[in-house]
Amino acid sequence: MEHVIEMLNIRKEFGNFVANDNITLQLKKGEIHALLGENGAGKSTLMNVLFGLYQPEGGEIRVRGQVVKITDPNVANNLGIGMVHQHFMLVEDFTVTENIILGSEPTKAGMISVKSAAKKVLELSELYGLDVDPHARIEDISVGMQQRVEILKTLYRGAEILIFDEPTASLTPQEITELIQIMRRLIEEGKSIILITHKLKEIMDVSDRVTVIRKGQGIGTVITAETNPNDLASLMVGRQVEFKTVKGPANPTVEVLDIKDLVVTDFRGIEKVKGLNLNVRKGEIVGIAGIDGNGQSELIEAITGLRKVKSGLVKLNGQDITGNRPRKITEAGIGHIPQDRHKHGLVLDFPIGHNIALQTYYTSPNSKNGFMNYATISKKANEIIAKYDVRTQGDHEPARALSGGNQQKAIIGREIDRNPDLLIAALPTRGLDVGAIEFIHQRLIEQRDNGKAVLLISFELDEVMNVSDRIAVIYDGQIVDILDPLQTNEQELGLLMAGQSKTAIKMKKGDSKHV
Amino acid sequence: MSNRIINLLVPVVSVILGLLVGAVVMLVSGYDPIEGYAALWDGIFGDAYTIGETIRQITPYILAGLAVAFAFRTGLFNIGVEGQLIVGWFAAAYVGIAVDLPKIIHLPLAILAAAAAGALWGFIPGLLKARFKVHEVIVTIMMNYVALHTVNALIRTVSDGGDNTGKIHPSASLRSDFLENMTDFSRLHYGIIIALAMVLVMWLILEKTTKGFELKSVGLNHHASEYAGMNVNKNIILAMSISGAFAGLGGAMEALGTFEFISVKGGFTGIGFDGIAVALLGANTPLGVIFGAVLFGSLKYGATNMPNAAQIPEEIVSIIIAIIIFFVASGYVIRLFIERLSKKKEAK
Ligand SMILES: Nc1ncnc2c1ncn2[C@@H]1O[C@H](COP(=O)(O)OP(=O)(O)OP(=O)(O)O)[C@@H](O)[C@H]1O
Ligand SMILES: [Mg+2]
Repeated sequence: MEHVIEMLNIRKEFGNFVANDNITLQLKKGEIHALLGENGAGKSTLMNVLFGLYQPEGGEIRVRGQVVKITDPNVANNLGIGMVHQHFMLVEDFTVTENIILGSEPTKAGMISVKSAAKKVLELSELYGLDVDPHARIEDISVGMQQRVEILKTLYRGAEILIFDEPTASLTPQEITELIQIMRRLIEEGKSIILITHKLKEIMDVSDRVTVIRKGQGIGTVITAETNPNDLASLMVGRQVEFKTVKGPANPTVEVLDIKDLVVTDFRGIEKVKGLNLNVRKGEIVGIAGIDGNGQSELIEAITGLRKVKSGLVKLNGQDITGNRPRKITEAGIGHIPQDRHKHGLVLDFPIGHNIALQTYYTSPNSKNGFMNYATISKKANEIIAKYDVRTQGDHEPARALSGGNQQKAIIGREIDRNPDLLIAALPTRGLDVGAIEFIHQRLIEQRDNGKAVLLISFELDEVMNVSDRIAVIYDGQIVDILDPLQTNEQELGLLMAGQSKTAIKMKKGDSKHV
Repeated sequence: MSNRIINLLVPVVSVILGLLVGAVVMLVSGYDPIEGYAALWDGIFGDAYTIGETIRQITPYILAGLAVAFAFRTGLFNIGVEGQLIVGWFAAAYVGIAVDLPKIIHLPLAILAAAAAGALWGFIPGLLKARFKVHEVIVTIMMNYVALHTVNALIRTVSDGGDNTGKIHPSASLRSDFLENMTDFSRLHYGIIIALAMVLVMWLILEKTTKGFELKSVGLNHHASEYAGMNVNKNIILAMSISGAFAGLGGAMEALGTFEFISVKGGFTGIGFDGIAVALLGANTPLGVIFGAVLFGSLKYGATNMPNAAQIPEEIVSIIIAIIIFFVASGYVIRLFIERLSKKKEAK
């Protein structure tokens, strides 16, 4: 079959570091081709080379058989290559249409004609079942919809080959299902897709072939139908891997976190947490399951002092911490892996070593008499980098230069290393490879076994079910139920998360028995 | 080509390109560029006197540049350096005149007064930003006018309706017989030592102190800084105050060194605004600010010789200076160009 894209023996260096070493990827027309590799393996780098953001030091790129030089993204666009980046590139207060035409505005007599563009956007949206309103403003639409706008943007520019860099990392399970349908629809219309994802299930689900890279080296390409998740994982890591989270029973003791009648509003003053009650004890992991937007973010920010509490009480180890400053709360014994690593988690332009010291920079021995001791900071950072397998060229490298997954590992290392009484982990494994997810889950369980408390927030039911000792279901700003993960299933959880009451669920079960 | 060589090459190439285009402008308008640049050279390095005066001119530029650069490194735009410099100038002059103390107390006191006045002028926009989210650019611009007119009014009050304060006591002066003798009686004063010390201070604050870590962090990402328990508002106010203090010291250079008085001003001195360009030329680093100030100060001072020695009208001189500075400021484009060139060579 014809190859639409051939990347042959690509080499990309950053200074002395080789991010891509002799990687070959061939994309057939009409296929979904998965690109798999550990965090920092060089996947995004390879795709940025294809999209013209980086120039390779070696190798050759062919598009439809022709050797090409992709010097910048415009060249890529003209060749019919479109990319949906992991972090969206949209202007918040522009409409969908305005964002799509940005950079290639259609003009009529020197004026931008938004109308005809909006019509074309709507047509495209209907053709591919994207369900996007051309006149909606970006800031008003969901993350899933924003991603579909990014897809539309590439289609509008006539993309025949679409690159998706971890498109599902920031989506809810429902949105992922929709995205997979959209990808299938794109293939039906004759497009070809390169898909980066860490979720082996998705790869098995939608892809035709998989190219695996490991530490910058091309390992090879396999046909999806002839492989399985286990083999893929071992190809990726280079050795046999265990998936199952090993975890003994919990021994919860005294209460660490106690939340009573908590009310929190969002920036518009609308109540998002509506009289929530929850407690977490020493020696247990409580997982909060819920659909995005039901008050999870506001709850975490209220506990950690990043958001004002309207009313109610938050107690840590019996001590009232409601409305305290973040530093006081941190020092009282809370660790926080934030939901948005680029907004709260990191100062991207600081070295990764400084970032690892972000919560402790002012304490001895990092700081003495008002002066920093960067030597101890560097030493500690390197310890955490080694322990949490953060792949970087050193603690002096700017956080921005690390791959997404390695940024995440650095944050997790920083927070767990302080050994807090309560660790709040919000989407801790977002963007991590399977091995790293496993590793992080083990660390959370280790914290628990050492008598610490963990509050886990996740959109992934798998994660909530496997890691938690108790599951608190959040819906519309309240904890509507507390479940034992061993006595529930994804279906029941799903219904509770969608706002069905337990009695209603029981009745349904009863009904089905009678028929 | 290594990064270090490119870093060095960029300003050099920029200056040469600027000089070339400036030469074209002189040619087109009918003046001899060689004669013109000879006059510029003489105006900067001609003899001991001009060298002394050039260094004197550079001194306040360093401090104004530090003020802008410091704010910038902490995520703030301080457009109010001009006003902070004017209040610093007045404060130093006032202390220099109003009291009579032994030099060892009087001089530091006058310098501190200038720093404090500048800091206050930076504190206000910092406070307004932290408290009410008013953008510091707007407030600092307005504060420039407030400074100008308030200081003018104060000068009149202090001098009983006169238009200058009169000379400061020698005990508050930065002037130095030694430096003057060495430079053929230019007005070169000890201020240059203070300015260079402040370069070191800025570096120390930003790179060595815990407060500097916080200030930079808040400037780069205030969300993450808040998450890390830093008090974002306090840091904004502090950053603006420190920035203002540097600017105020720039005023002290004029009050205690160059002029030894302050007179009613018809308009802004321009040093504060040029400080923005100085900081940008120096990439907002302490050492870079010295480079920017040297370039700015010497061109500005040297250019005054061009109308006299080469009969080039002042307007053309301004254009030439602007072109040179423009080219240096476009360093980014030139860097790109050099990188492309060196890549092509390597490819061959
Ligand atoms: N601009 C850069 N400068 C220096 N090093 C970089 C740069 N971009 C990436 N790297 C390094 O190259 C390696 C590969 O990074 P890349 O982002 O391609 O990884 P990835 O496979 O996409 O990982 P992830 O799954 O975590 O997103 C990493 O070690 C990273 O630190
Ligand atoms: Mg990546």
